[in-house]
Amino acid sequence: MKQQRHWYHYLWIWSIIYFSLGFVNILFAWLGLISFCLPLIFAIGGGNKLFCNRYCDRGQFLRVMGSQVGLSMRREMPDWMKGKAFRYGFMAFFFAMFFNIIYTSYLVGSEIQNLQDVVTLLWTFQLPWNWTYTAGVSPWVAQFAFGLYSLMLTSEVIAIVAMLIYKPRSWCVFCPMGTLTQTICRAKASPES
Amino acid sequence: MAKLSPRHAVVDRDMCVACGTCVDVCPMGAMKIIQGVYASPVEDKCVGCGMCAKECPASAIKVEVRS
Repeated sequence: MKQQRHWYHYLWIWSIIYFSLGFVNILFAWLGLISFCLPLIFAIGGGNKLFCNRYCDRGQFLRVMGSQVGLSMRREMPDWMKGKAFRYGFMAFFFAMFFNIIYTSYLVGSEIQNLQDVVTLLWTFQLPWNWTYTAGVSPWVAQFAFGLYSLMLTSEVIAIVAMLIYKPRSWCVFCPMGTLTQTICRAKASPES
Repeated sequence: MAKLSPRHAVVDRDMCVACGTCVDVCPMGAMKIIQGVYASPVEDKCVGCGMCAKECPASAIKVEVRS
C-alpha cells in the first residue's frame, strides 16, 4: 500500500536551504530558532511530538539519505546510546552550549568581547566564515547567528554520522529537542497513557 | 470484528522515543504516537509485517506472535 505524499514530506529540502543560506549570509542562521520553537509549541500547546513525527526537516533528511538514497549501514545502535543517561546527558550538554551562545552574544553586545566571525564545528574546530557577515547589524546579532549556525552544523554532522553507521533516524534517539519534548509530553500526558 | 493477523508489532514503551519513524513507514497506517510519549500499533490494522521494527532507530519494536 503506497502512502499518500503530502507537502510536509518534502520539508527535508529545508535542511539544505538552511545550511546553504548560512553559507551565503550568516544572519539566516537565526531561522534555526524555528527548529527550537516549533517542537516546544507543539509539546507545550498540544502535548504531542507532531514536529518530530511530521515536520522535522532533519528527520526527513536523514530518512531520505539513509533509506531512499541508501547511505545507511543500518547497524544496531549500542545500548548505552539508547539509554536515558546518555539521552538526558546529551540534552543537558546541548542546552548548556545553547545558553553559552546566548551568554557570548551578551558579552559581545556589552562590548566586553569582540565579535568572532567563525563557525565552530564540534565545539573544537574553528572554520573561517568571515565572508558571510556583510549586513550592518549589531555585533551581538551576528555573534548569535555564528553561534547558532555552529550548533546546527555540529548537530547535523553528528546526525549524519549516526545515520551513516546506524539506522537512518538514529539521531532522533538522542536528539535534545526530541528528548525535551518527550519529557514535556510525558509530564502532560494523562495517567492512563 | 475483523480477523486479527497472527503476528503483530509490540512496542517497548520505555525504549520508544516517539520519533514517528514507525508511523512514517507503516504500510497499513497502523502505528500511532500516543500523547507524544510512545508509539502504539492499532491492533486490528497491524499485520506484523515488521517494517516498523526494521526502521525503528531505538530498536523499541519487535514483531511477536499474538498470544
